[in-house]
Amino acid sequence: MSAHDHGHHKETFITKYIFSLDHKMIAKQYLITGLIMGIIGVLMSVLFRMQIAWPEESFGIFKFLLGEKFAPGGVMRNDIYLALVTIHGTIMVFFVLTAGLSGTFSNLLIPLQIGARDMASGFMNMLSYWMFFISSVIMVGSLFVESGPASAGWTIYPPLSALPQAIPGSGLGMTLWLVSMAIFIASSLMGSLNYVVTVINLRTKGMTMTRLPLTIWAFFVTAIIGIVSFPVLLSAALLLIFDRSFGTSFYLSDIFISGEVLHYQGGSPVLFEHLFWFLGHPEVYIVLLPALGITSEIIATNSRKPIFGYRAMVASILAIAFLSTIVWGHHMFVSGMNPFLGSVFTFTTLLIAIPSAVKAFNYITTLWKGNLQLNPAMLFSIGLVSTFITGGLTGIILGDSTLDINVHDTYFVVAHFHLVMGISALYGFFAGVYHWFPKMFGRMMNKTQGYVHFWVTAVCAYGVFFPMHFIGMAGLPRRYYTNSAFPLFDDLADVNVLITVFAIIGAAFQIVFFWNFFYSMFYGKKATQNPWRSNTLEWTTPVEHIHGNWPGEIPEVHRWPYDYNKPGHDEDFVPQIVPMKEGEEQLHH
Amino acid sequence: MTGLLVFIVLVFIGVAVWQLTKIFHLTQVGAAENSEIANDNDNNINGYLMFGFLAFIYLITIFCVVKYGDLPLMDNSASEHGKDVDTLMWISMILIFFVQTITQALLHYFAFKYRGKKGAEVVYFADNNKLEFIWTIIPVITLAGLILYGLYTWNNIMYYDQEEEVIYVELYAKQFGWEARYAGEDNTLGKANVRYIEGINTLGVDLADPAAQDDKVVNELHLPKGKKVVFKIRSQDVLHSAYMPHFRAQMNCVPGMVTQFVFVPTVTTEEMRQNDKMIAKVDRINKIRAKKSAELVANGGEALDPYTFDYLLLCNKICGASHYNMQMKIVVESPEDFKKWLSEKPTLAKQWAEANAPAAAPVQPEAVEAVVDTTKVLAQVVE
Repeated sequence: MSAHDHGHHKETFITKYIFSLDHKMIAKQYLITGLIMGIIGVLMSVLFRMQIAWPEESFGIFKFLLGEKFAPGGVMRNDIYLALVTIHGTIMVFFVLTAGLSGTFSNLLIPLQIGARDMASGFMNMLSYWMFFISSVIMVGSLFVESGPASAGWTIYPPLSALPQAIPGSGLGMTLWLVSMAIFIASSLMGSLNYVVTVINLRTKGMTMTRLPLTIWAFFVTAIIGIVSFPVLLSAALLLIFDRSFGTSFYLSDIFISGEVLHYQGGSPVLFEHLFWFLGHPEVYIVLLPALGITSEIIATNSRKPIFGYRAMVASILAIAFLSTIVWGHHMFVSGMNPFLGSVFTFTTLLIAIPSAVKAFNYITTLWKGNLQLNPAMLFSIGLVSTFITGGLTGIILGDSTLDINVHDTYFVVAHFHLVMGISALYGFFAGVYHWFPKMFGRMMNKTQGYVHFWVTAVCAYGVFFPMHFIGMAGLPRRYYTNSAFPLFDDLADVNVLITVFAIIGAAFQIVFFWNFFYSMFYGKKATQNPWRSNTLEWTTPVEHIHGNWPGEIPEVHRWPYDYNKPGHDEDFVPQIVPMKEGEEQLHH
Repeated sequence: MTGLLVFIVLVFIGVAVWQLTKIFHLTQVGAAENSEIANDNDNNINGYLMFGFLAFIYLITIFCVVKYGDLPLMDNSASEHGKDVDTLMWISMILIFFVQTITQALLHYFAFKYRGKKGAEVVYFADNNKLEFIWTIIPVITLAGLILYGLYTWNNIMYYDQEEEVIYVELYAKQFGWEARYAGEDNTLGKANVRYIEGINTLGVDLADPAAQDDKVVNELHLPKGKKVVFKIRSQDVLHSAYMPHFRAQMNCVPGMVTQFVFVPTVTTEEMRQNDKMIAKVDRINKIRAKKSAELVANGGEALDPYTFDYLLLCNKICGASHYNMQMKIVVESPEDFKKWLSEKPTLAKQWAEANAPAAAPVQPEAVEAVVDTTKVLAQVVE
């Protein structure tokens, strides 16, 4: 189908902005929804951080945001604290960093960078977004339930999540959580199937797999991990729904609560842990790989140098993806599973450090002797490599079953995963937004505000999560409403205040980003076709969005995407559509 | 009042942003182009900032190590295997700090050194198998060492010789507290199931089981120094985790199954209180508490008790609203003191008999329904 045919469709407001089949519009829908969910998720973290730093104090903002019921007299209730922690985790992991990140950039970049007119199935793509939207609405709606939203932690381990007697949030709040996640998973699967099919089938002429930009490799592999692991979470959730509503005993056994013995017999919570983490761990890479893909592209473009070790990068993505599906047990070293399994999972887990190290070194080498254009996107990409290293290294401790015994479920874990997947993926997200904003909205974001945003965020991210390692190693468990019940932890109080202050400043400065984003959308400087002088195909499309992406024929691809400053060329970049000169060598093979 | 404060803080932050933006703008004076793409000037400023950020990372590391370096539990372990854990922790930590220092330096230094300049020379350097090989093989070797050492200690901790002389102790978790059960003279814990819970028999011990007759249930965990203790861990309602950080011990409590953790306590509570580091830590905590007490008293509240060191058992798996306050004191003492303490405790069977004295014979708990009656389940659903 040529672009010309698309022109015949009459566009109304509804088909263009709401039920759009166009991947670029769907990407924007994902982005805006993801950002709104992000505001909610981050705001929650500020609220519970305030409770940790100044336990059981009365705050006007608690009263204002949580209401008299959840925060009587402005003091946060202890089960509401857990509810905030739970929903913060759920929203950030699934709604912001899975749907928001993958949904935005896979949708935007897969067709544009492989040279396709649209996704393989535009309709399924639209359905995927709208199911994500519905699940977001249900998740946010669960905050307004009288007994409070789900509060069993984002990992919703039964029996806590199964029994309303155990915590109020496990009533209607948990039901909504499960319904929302079931819809979310359906949405995610439709999206992922679409990405995989599109990458395999719709590449333009000359776009062999080894000429794909690393972004596409990352999105492609991410989608495959999603397809492999998300259905397992869906089944785990379904069985939990059965236990909760139909009296089955998949996860429950021998329970005495509120003065009575429940009828459940023969189930095991450990089974749930296995099923949950079979998704839960790959999920970390579902979040992280797209960010690493985005970073690879941005670092190469802004270094004006080819990405170092393209094949090693692809191999590491594949190795990480494969290993990610056989390491879930490292979340369960002290769950009561057979210690032999602990040994196996220690072994597979520490292996992941190898491809991760290769990636980190390749990024650093890409910078070496480059001509670094320090645009905001580039700063966030370098920031990502930095937090990826800092956070990744402590994985060596947590992945080691012996050491995990003592730091399991402490703040050490919180520090580790927030740096390595939370902050890193968020940086990837920001980098992507700054870099592809001109492609999405035809305008430029303000660079000065971008710099301010980056530097304050970077300082605050370390300020929040670096000291957290120390209180974790001091044995402070996570998810404690207050530490004042233990005089033992009194000397951690000032660290917690420091962390919270950094968190508040860091969160407040995200306003700079949102201002920049929405202002530039309407009043930003008009973008040129290829502002970053990049090689990839998306910059050969017109600034003004059209259905089908290219006005004429889809361009043919003649080279890999990383020919920056290639000897023998006048310009410092050679787009993929430029044919090889006579006698020119493909230097990267 | 807080609302006003928050408002003021937000205003200040706004002003700060505006000022920062202005600084960036002022540095742009003279730049010919006015686009949103980084020019040499931006590259210069941000390049230096990158270098500064490296300093920041080092500074925050040094600050944390100096100021909070004595917080981590990396020595002073109170159990036999804890020493191995700490050694491995030290090795891993030193390795991590080494790699962190080097890689962050390279990353940020390169970001500074090669900051963009118009017409700068760039090396087209796309691939080098030798380099890739080096940074694949180095992690492989390092990790192989770590994995082997880790697995060796893990297996030492997790498995114990069945022939050894051990003491069996049951740790019992429920919302929101702990109980412990000692096996008594026969060193065998009597059978138990939540379906036997009744009155003072809060652990659901099967009082008909001969092995249960000498079992003792207590609310404070006492352990003999130098003896191997096998913890059999149960939960009555939701997941909990028995976390004893000073002993480098942790195991989840899972309803429906019995989990296990084994360790040998090596330092008595009294000895730990005399430890120099612990004395310093307790002093520090008491200074903080004294300050807080003064504040409390000034506001008409009660002063806090001064802190004395005790080992603790904490819950470390989210288990409900009061998860943050689920603790039990642990006392490690000499085997003699331990024996004396335990012998003074009444057996559960005796307590049960006393509590149910008016009844002619000890009440036989109802038999456990082994198979759940599905019609009953359905009936519940219909209700």
